[in-house]
Amino acid sequence: MAINVRIPTPLQKLTKNNAEVECTGSTIRELIDNLEKEYPGLKERFYDEGGRLRRFINIYVNEEDIRFLQKDNTPVKDGDEVSIIPAIAGG
Amino acid sequence: MSYVKGLKCRECSRPYPKHALYVCEYCFGPLEVDYDYEKIKHALTVKEIESRPHNLWRYRELLPIDGKPTDGLDSGFTPLIRARNLAKVLGVKELYIKDDSVSHPTLSFKDRVVAVALSKAKEFGFDTVSCASTGNLANSVAAQAAIAGLKCYIFIPADLEMGKVVATLVYHPILVAVEGNYDQVNRLCSEIATKYKWAFVNINIRPYYAEGSKTYGYEIAEQLGWRAPRHVIVPCAGGSLITKIWKGLNEFHKLRFIDKVETKMYAAQASGCAPIVTAIKENSEIIKPVKPHTIAKSLAIGNPADGIYAVGVVKESGGCAEDVSDEEIVEAIKLLASTEGIFTETAGGVTMGVAKKLIEQGKIPRDESIVVCITGNGLKTQEAVYEKIGKPIKIKPNLSAFEEHIKGR
Repeated sequence: MAINVRIPTPLQKLTKNNAEVECTGSTIRELIDNLEKEYPGLKERFYDEGGRLRRFINIYVNEEDIRFLQKDNTPVKDGDEVSIIPAIAGG
Repeated sequence: MSYVKGLKCRECSRPYPKHALYVCEYCFGPLEVDYDYEKIKHALTVKEIESRPHNLWRYRELLPIDGKPTDGLDSGFTPLIRARNLAKVLGVKELYIKDDSVSHPTLSFKDRVVAVALSKAKEFGFDTVSCASTGNLANSVAAQAAIAGLKCYIFIPADLEMGKVVATLVYHPILVAVEGNYDQVNRLCSEIATKYKWAFVNINIRPYYAEGSKTYGYEIAEQLGWRAPRHVIVPCAGGSLITKIWKGLNEFHKLRFIDKVETKMYAAQASGCAPIVTAIKENSEIIKPVKPHTIAKSLAIGNPADGIYAVGVVKESGGCAEDVSDEEIVEAIKLLASTEGIFTETAGGVTMGVAKKLIEQGKIPRDESIVVCITGNGLKTQEAVYEKIGKPIKIKPNLSAFEEHIKGR
C-alpha cells in the first residue's frame, strides 16, 4: 500500500496524464521529494525560488488542509489520501 | 466586439488565451482578464454610458464578454441612497448606502457576477452551470440558469439558512447540500470541476465572473456624479468584491471618467471568520485559514481565494479593517432598518457594524463622503434576528383591547 495523491489538471502533463498517482514518504515534504524523483519538474511547481510552498497551492491530507496541521511537515502514512488543489476559487 | 486581449496570471503575468481557465499552470496564481484599455478609451464615454439602460451592461466594454450580453439584462443599477437619518445617528456629514439588497432578480450583488458568468458560459458553449455557494450565489445561479434554460447544479453547506435554501430550490436546480463548511464544499467543487465539463461560475469561469463585481464600484462613482467617495466599507468573504470595487474606480480614472481616486477601502468581517481582517491587523503577508463560526454565513469563508489581494487593496488605499461580533451584527441590522428602512442580511450587518465601529474609533473621519456596501437582503436570513426584534402585540378584535395595549405608549 502507498499514499494516494490526487494531481490537479495543470500538473497532469508532468504525471503522464495521471489524475492520481501513488507515492511514499513520511511527511508531505518527503512525499513531494519522492514525487520529484518519479516525475521531474513537479517540485518547482509546489515550492517557489525561496523554498516556500507557493501561496496558491492547497494541500489536503484526508480532506484536512495542511495549514491546519503541520504544513509540509505534516506526517503521512500508507493509505492516506493527499489532494493537491490549486488556488481554491469560490467566493 | 471584444475588448479583451486574453487572460493573465496575477502573480507571474504569464499570458493565457481567453478560455475557461482560472489558474496559472506554472505558479497556480489566479488568472485575470486583460483588457485593451486604449480601444475602450475610444469606444466608451460618460455620455455614452448615460444614454444606456439602467442595468449593469451599461459598462459592457469593461466587462469580459465578446458578443452581446444575454443574461442579467435587468440586474444592477441599484439605488445609492443618501442616508440622512443614519448619518445623524452616527454623527457624520455625508453617508451613502449602496443598496444591492434590492438587486434583480435575487436580491444580492451576486446577480451582477452571475449575469457576466452566464453570458460568458454561453459564449463558451456550456449547457450546464454550477457553483459552490454560501447562499446568495446559489439563489442567483439557480434563477438566472432557469431564465437561460441551462442545466444547473448547486453545491451548498448543509447548515445554510432556510431562506437561502428555499430561494434556491424554487428555481428547480439540482441542489446538493454538502455535510461540511463552505471551504469543504469549495474544495469538493474544485475536484468536481476538473472532472465534469460544466461552467462552474466561481471556479473555471471565475476570471470572467468576478469582473461583474466591478459594476458595483462603477455605479457608486456614476451615482455620486462621476466622482469616487473618500471611504468605502466592504464586506469580505472570498475577498473578491473589495478588489473589484477598487479596480472599477481605478479603471474609471484610467479612462478619465473621474478624477484621481482618493478612496480608502475598509474590509469588514465577522469576528467568527476574519482571516482577512486578522492579516491586515497583524500586518501579515499570508492569510491564515480559519474554521468559521458566525451567524454571517454568507461571509463564512475561512480560506479566502482573494484574501491576499483584499489585504493589498486595503493597504494600498490607506484604509484599514475591523470585525464585529454576532451581537454587533444583529444590532447593526436593526440600526440600518430603523434609520433607513433597509432590511439587510447578516453580511450587511457586518458591514454596517464595522462602519459604525470605525467611525466611533475615529478611523473614518466624520466630515468626508462614506459609502457602506449593503450586498444582500434580510428576508433571506430571518433566523438571525427573529428572536431579537420583539414580538407583535396580540389582541382580541375589539377597540378596547387595542386601547388597553397602547395606553401609556
